Amino acid sequence: MGMRLVSLALLIAAWYVGSQLAGARLLPDPQAVALAIVDEARSGALAFNLGATLARVAVAFVIAMALGSLIGLIMGRSRIADRLGDPWLIVLLNLPALVIIVLAYVWAGLTETAAIAAVALNKLPIATVTVREGARSLDHALDDMAQVFRMGAWTRLRHVVLPQLAPYLAAAARSGLSLVWKIVLIVELLGRPNGVGFEIGVAFQLFDVTRILAYALAFIAVMLAIETFLVQPLERHVARWRPRPA
Amino acid sequence: MSPAGARGRLDVNIKQKSFRAASGGKLHVLGELVFSLRSGELAALVGPSGCGKTTLLRIVAGLDRDFDGHVAIPAHGTLAMVFQEPRLLPWRTVEQNVRLAAPRASDAGLEMLFQTLGLEAHRDHYPGELSLGLARRVALARAFAVKPDLLLLDEPFVSLDDALAARLREELAELVNRRPVTTLLVTHNVEEAIGLADRLLLLSIGPARIVADVAVARPRAAHTPAELAALRHEIARRLNQPFSRENL
Ligand SMILES: Nc1ncnc2c1ncn2[C@@H]1O[C@H](COP(=O)(O)OP(=O)(O)OP(=O)(O)O)[C@@H](O)[C@H]1O
Ligand SMILES: [Mg+2]
Repeated sequence: MGMRLVSLALLIAAWYVGSQLAGARLLPDPQAVALAIVDEARSGALAFNLGATLARVAVAFVIAMALGSLIGLIMGRSRIADRLGDPWLIVLLNLPALVIIVLAYVWAGLTETAAIAAVALNKLPIATVTVREGARSLDHALDDMAQVFRMGAWTRLRHVVLPQLAPYLAAAARSGLSLVWKIVLIVELLGRPNGVGFEIGVAFQLFDVTRILAYALAFIAVMLAIETFLVQPLERHVARWRPRPA
Repeated sequence: MSPAGARGRLDVNIKQKSFRAASGGKLHVLGELVFSLRSGELAALVGPSGCGKTTLLRIVAGLDRDFDGHVAIPAHGTLAMVFQEPRLLPWRTVEQNVRLAAPRASDAGLEMLFQTLGLEAHRDHYPGELSLGLARRVALARAFAVKPDLLLLDEPFVSLDDALAARLREELAELVNRRPVTTLLVTHNVEEAIGLADRLLLLSIGPARIVADVAVARPRAAHTPAELAALRHEIARRLNQPFSRENL
């Protein structure tokens, strides 16, 4: 904890020095950015835009994780499904995010649905590949055990399969969360009338670096909070059975 | 035979079973293996290491369908198996492991089972926190909790200390006497087989065949040294080919 504070203090000091060297127009100092954040918060714009972005992140993330996990599980368990799905995966994995976003807006209009579908589609193949890896490494011995004791499909999924997939799901969720929020900002910049990405787009046109930094920092703070208070406790809970090293 | 008797019957009729080796070739593991167990009968499969005992149990359990012949297990019956290694779910506690396999087991029944197997203090432990001997006992508890119609035991008492193994054998004998269950018990230990089984099926190695089918006169009763000697003599006489003698 102490080291983290030192590291943070060093960062802010470096920022301050940098702003003195580069000038306030290119890199405003920390105090100016902090004041901008307070201003945006007072007017309610900050909460509104953060809320809009977070809602998109949440919906796209949930859709991509659910679909990706399901497809990954099926592909990891069935050779035919794997052969059928693999070329699609490779295409999706190599399609630039920007292409998917632009095509979604062209085909479905500048709508919320298009925006969320584009983000989810960007994240989907990575979740699929990760979970497929997990499904391939499922323990056959435990499968046999479940079959001998005639465990039902739900019991097997919940108590035999999911705990084995948990580390893979956690990895997919972690990398997914950071990917999704970055892509959501681009989607907002290109075709939404609100959200952090939209605000940054406006600030860019006005060359308002202070506002860009204010929104970026506020959003990073929110994502850090989610990581610390949601993702990490969840990971600890899921791994509670692992014997701790003495 | 009464309907109840027919329900617990096990018929094994295997023509042959072979594995494809990774290097190509075929490994002929089981030869012609034909035997039946009456409902409630406990047979011990005794054979040298690697002769195909686990393979046979897996076929009977329906885990391996790639063989010539057929196996009829008790219809609609429940099945329980103690695998050669414990095979517990590492992310569930001892009690959850048992309850997931035996969702209909009563609290009182489990209480008694945990008590007899000395697992009382470990109900809330995870398998990673157990010694191998304790984990084996959990696997036994899981199998008994199911109250199965067919029980498959793959060397359930190895790696337990002598006193505990003896106690668990008594426990199994008592459970079987109280509620007869058709049981296949795999073991290396002829002493154990004689002490528990109604019948001994002695297997030869590569490919496995039944070389002797020996009935135990008064199963699960204390045998006098003279009776034991006679049984051993009988086993030795029926074995028409070299067989691990260290346990005989
Ligand atoms: N999946 C498999 N693929 C190829 N060969 C196998 C496979 N499973 C078992 N075998 C071979 O079949 C033979 C019988 O194996 P099995 O595990 O049934 O023996 P076992 O009698 O249970 O031995 P042990 O007493 O040591 O447990 C062995 O030679 C083994 O190498
Ligand atoms: Mg074996």
